[in-house]
Amino acid sequence: MSQKVLLSSKEIHIILHRLACQLIENHLDFKNTVLIGIQPRGVHLAERLSKILAEDYNVNDVNLGYLDITFFRDDFRRGEKPLEANKTNINFLVENKKVVFIDDVLYTGRSIRAALTAIQSFGRPAEIELLTLIDRRFSRHLPIQPDYRGRQVDAINQEKVKVLWKENDGEDVVYLINN
Amino acid sequence: MSELSVNHLLGIKYLKEEDIQLIFETADHFKEVINRPIKKVPSLRDITIANMFFENSTRTKLSFELAEKRLSADVVNFSASQSSVAKGETLIDTVNNILSMKVDMVVMRHPNPGAGVFLSKHVDASIINAGDGTHEHPTQALLDSYSIRERLGDVAGKNVVIVGDILHSRVALSNIFALKLQGANVKVCGPKTLMPKYITSLGVEVETDLRAALEWCDVANMLRVQNERMDISYFPSTREYTQLFGVNKKILDSLDKEIIIMHPGPINRGVEITSDVADSKQAIILNQVENGVAIRMAVIYLLASKIKQ
Repeated sequence: MSQKVLLSSKEIHIILHRLACQLIENHLDFKNTVLIGIQPRGVHLAERLSKILAEDYNVNDVNLGYLDITFFRDDFRRGEKPLEANKTNINFLVENKKVVFIDDVLYTGRSIRAALTAIQSFGRPAEIELLTLIDRRFSRHLPIQPDYRGRQVDAINQEKVKVLWKENDGEDVVYLINN
Repeated sequence: MSELSVNHLLGIKYLKEEDIQLIFETADHFKEVINRPIKKVPSLRDITIANMFFENSTRTKLSFELAEKRLSADVVNFSASQSSVAKGETLIDTVNNILSMKVDMVVMRHPNPGAGVFLSKHVDASIINAGDGTHEHPTQALLDSYSIRERLGDVAGKNVVIVGDILHSRVALSNIFALKLQGANVKVCGPKTLMPKYITSLGVEVETDLRAALEWCDVANMLRVQNERMDISYFPSTREYTQLFGVNKKILDSLDKEIIIMHPGPINRGVEITSDVADSKQAIILNQVENGVAIRMAVIYLLASKIKQ
């Protein structure tokens, strides 16, 4: 197994600030916008962006929720391991709101397809955007593309992109792992 | 989330403690789902479930049907009184005919103890026991323990008394298995005539004084007097039963602590508990009903994940 650093801590820092600025450009005061971190790994990115918006750009009170997509996935009974559910926590209305889905890696697009179905259980959003730290190009199974991307990566199928966060893993770093 | 150790839910006595914890953790997720504006998930859209009720039921049947529909399973309902069983068809023939229609899972209530176990050995489908005679009612016991866990934080170490007709109650037996497995202390309380002879061998104490039982417990699970199963008189009169084993507001207020009152339903108001107790804040009867759907969703989901494609 070999691994290559795709993004260092410093690069992640710069990218997160750029993504936060792009969000502000498109949404201004966030009165009608909500951020939804996709469980499990999109949550850290969503929390980090929400913190940057509040602390560095003075955009406070942005609604931040977590969406678990386990029961909406299309591979139930297809994998070797049972699907593991996570917590959904959306304590605000999404009806007529601009929803921004936040996930760490966009790969096949199936998770986002599941998230698009899952969010409908909470109401009908006015529109939905997708923000992702890593966009794995050429790996898509479905016609889904991000509106905001941190870094576009060309990776072959055996390779894996792993995103580590300081809060969870002790450091901010993105690896490209070859098994 | 790991896997259940069983392919069928036939009774609590076949489960391990980890199975119960897994069901509870999964039910936590489904409880959140059923409190959403849209309470349905598409997980089981390729699964067909037959609800086979050979005995009357209101809440269990409704609860299973809701759980199945909220998981997007296809559901067929069968009740014995309107079927070929009335013409003399055997259980295996009836079920095999239904399974020929490509049913993946059977939820069965049957008046005979062991009907679910028998069926699981003869048909190729996942079986969930929704009550078999006086034997077990596993999903009821799971939702009861889940409700205790929800209210008190944990089941282990809690004192639970099961009051009433222990002899005829599948709820009592499954509850005893489930509570003991999770480390609760269990007593049963009721007339001696309604106590099975083997009851102490299950690790529970028998108490015949209701007041002493209530003073000891954190939770009192009140059972219905099952008149339909009583072929002889087990106590002189309903009035005397109520005086000795019925819970009313007066006795609850005289205790130096606030205990939790549970009841699997249906309630004989004024017999096991009075209306003011059933409708009080101490009673978690409606929470039990709500939790029943989440627990049954969890059980069906976990068993369905083991059905091979």
